[in-house]
Amino acid sequence: MRKQKINYKKFPDKQGRFGKFGGRFVAETLMPLLLEVEEQYKKAKKSNDFKKKLEYYFTNYVGRPSPLYFAKRISKQLGDVKVYFKRDELNHTGAHKINNCVGQILLAMKMGKKRIVAETGAGQHGLATATVCALFDLKCIIYMGKLDIKRQAPNVFKMKLLGAEIVPVESGTATLKDAMNEALRDWVSNVDDTFYVIGTVAGPHPYPMMVRDFQSIIGIEAKKQILKVEKKLPNYLVACIGGGSNALGLFYPFLNDESVQIFGVEAGGEGTNTKKHAASLSKGKPGFLHGNYTYLLQDEHGQITDAHSISAGLDYPGIGPEHSWLKEQGRVKYFSATDREALEAFKLCSKLEGIIPALEPSHALAFLLKNAKKFKKNDLIIMNMCGRGDKDIFSISEHLDVKLNQK
Amino acid sequence: MENRIEKKFKELKSSNKKALITFITSGDPNYKTSQKIMQTLRLNNVDLIEIGIPFSDPMADGPTIQRSSQRAIKSGSKLESTFKLIQEFRVKEKKIPIILMGYFNPIFQYGLERFFKKCRIVGVDGIIVVDLPPEENDYILRFTKKFNIHNIRLLTPTTNKKRLKQILKYTNGFLYYISVMGITGTKKPSILEVEKSVKEIRKMSNLPICVGFGITNRNQIKNLNRFSDGCVVGSAIVKFIEEFCKGKVTEKKMLTSISDFLANLQK
Repeated sequence: MRKQKINYKKFPDKQGRFGKFGGRFVAETLMPLLLEVEEQYKKAKKSNDFKKKLEYYFTNYVGRPSPLYFAKRISKQLGDVKVYFKRDELNHTGAHKINNCVGQILLAMKMGKKRIVAETGAGQHGLATATVCALFDLKCIIYMGKLDIKRQAPNVFKMKLLGAEIVPVESGTATLKDAMNEALRDWVSNVDDTFYVIGTVAGPHPYPMMVRDFQSIIGIEAKKQILKVEKKLPNYLVACIGGGSNALGLFYPFLNDESVQIFGVEAGGEGTNTKKHAASLSKGKPGFLHGNYTYLLQDEHGQITDAHSISAGLDYPGIGPEHSWLKEQGRVKYFSATDREALEAFKLCSKLEGIIPALEPSHALAFLLKNAKKFKKNDLIIMNMCGRGDKDIFSISEHLDVKLNQK
Repeated sequence: MENRIEKKFKELKSSNKKALITFITSGDPNYKTSQKIMQTLRLNNVDLIEIGIPFSDPMADGPTIQRSSQRAIKSGSKLESTFKLIQEFRVKEKKIPIILMGYFNPIFQYGLERFFKKCRIVGVDGIIVVDLPPEENDYILRFTKKFNIHNIRLLTPTTNKKRLKQILKYTNGFLYYISVMGITGTKKPSILEVEKSVKEIRKMSNLPICVGFGITNRNQIKNLNRFSDGCVVGSAIVKFIEEFCKGKVTEKKMLTSISDFLANLQK
C-alpha cells in the first residue's frame, strides 16, 4: 500500500506533536508559562510589525541573506559533484544560532520580559544570546557546563565581554543537558521577569516549532538561491545534528519537495559501536527529557547517559522531536561521522576552500567525503556551513598536538 | 479495597490532625540505609511516606535532591530495588500510605502497565509524575484506574483557575500545593501567599490539600497547618543523609538526628 503523502508544513499539531514525538512534558509550574509563550508566539507570527523587526535585524545586524557558495575544490574532491555551502558561518557571531536568538528575544521583549536565560554547549548559542541581549539592553544569564567552559574558552571570554553572567553547571555530567536543566530551573524560579531562550529545536512545545521557524530562514534563502543559480532544486541536503536546529532550518522548507533527498549527520564520537558518541537517533531509543518525547541516549532503566563528541555543540544525548519523527517517516536519513573523520574534514576544508569550519559542520562534510562514491556526477548538494571554526582552534590544536599561546 | 491515602486523611480529619509527609529518595545513599530510614520514619509516626524514584535529570529539583538522586543512581537504585524496598517495608507496616514520586522516563521505560501493576502488588498507594501535566495524563490514566493508584497532582503559584479545573479532573487522594515558584528546597514560602492560594483551591475541591517545597521547621508547619491539611518535608530530611554521606556523622547519628527532627516537627 502506498503511504499517504504527508504535508510536513502542518506539524506540529495542537499538542505540539510531530507524530508521536514532541509534546509538553514539564512540571506544572512551567505549564502556564509555556502556554503563554505559545500564545504570544502565534500572535507575533501574524504581526507585520514583528516580521518587519525580525527582517530588519536579520538584514542589518545578522548579515542575511548568507551566501550560497559553490565550493569548487571540495566538489572536485568529491568527484565532480556540485557542493554548495550555505554560509551561515558568516552571520554575526559566527553561526546560525543568532537567527533564533533574534527571533526569541524580540518575542521576549514583546512579552515585557527583562531577563534572559539560556543554556549553551559550544558557547555559540550563549554567545548569540549574550550578543542580542547586549543589543537590547537585557539582563543575560548563561548556563554552561563546567566541562564546556573549559573546552570553549574563547566564547566564554566573549560572552563576558558582552555583559552576560556565566553560571558554571556542575550537576550531572556538567555538559549541555545539565546546563539545560539548570536554565529550566532558573526559569521556574523567576517566571515573572524571565524568558528562556532555548538554543535548539528541542525542549517542550512550542520551542521545537518556534526555533525551527526562526531557523528556517536558512532553507528559505537556500531554496531561492539555488533556484536562481542552478534553475533546479538540489538532489541532496546535508547538515550536522546535535539538537538539530541548523539542520531543520535548512531542511524544513524542502520537506515537501519529494525529489530532494535529505541527510542528517550525528556526532559519532569515537565510533557508534563504542559508548562515546552522541548519535541519539542511530543508537538511542525514544523517551522523555527536557519536556519532549524523542530519541535519547539512555540506559535500560531510563537514566540519560553521557553523550560524547569532539564538538561541544553536538554533545547532547537527545535530539529535536521533529527529527525523531522525520527519521521514523523515512523522510530524512540519519548517519554519523566520528571525531576523527570530522577533524580530517576540518583540515581539508580549511586547505581547499579557505574556510575554517566549526567542528559541527565538519561532521556534515565528513559524511560527504566518506560517501563520495555514492554521488553521481553533477549531483547538486547543499551543505549547511552552520558555524565557523574560530571557537574551536584551541581545542583542535590540542587534538593535533600543536601548542598555541606559547610564552 | 479502600486506598490507604483516603483512609489516612479520614482518620486525620476525625482526630483533627494534620498530615506530616516526608520525602526520601529510594536508595540514597544505599538500599540498606534507605530501609533503615524508612523504619525511622515509621517509628516517628509520619503520616505518609513519599519515595523519590531517582532520575539523572531531575528538572524540578533543587541541589539537595539532585545530589540525592545522583547518590541513589550511583548506589544502583533502580525501580526494581525501589519496589523491593517498599515490599520489605510493607511486611511490618500495612497502614502508612506510600507515594512514589518521579519523572516520567524511568517509569515509561519500565513499561507503564508493568509499573502500575507492580505498584499495586508491593503496596504503593499514590503516584506523582512530576513532568506529566494533565494534558498528557492519558499515558497513565488507564493504569492508575485499573490498579487503584492515586494520581496526585501538583498545583503551583502559576496555576490559574482554568488549569486548576483541568488538574482537578485528574486528581485523587490529595492535592499537593507547591508553595514557591521554583524548585525543591531552595526558597522559603510566604505563608500569606500560600494561604490565599489554598483558600482559592478549597472553593473548587474537597480533596485534602498538602503544602510542600521549602518547608524546614516546626513554625512553618504550624502556620501552614492553620489552613492546609498537611505539609511535605523533603530536602530538610535529605540533608541529614547528605551529612552522613560526607562522613560528618555516623549512620546511627543520622538516624537519631532524623528522629529528633521529626519529633520536633510534630511537637
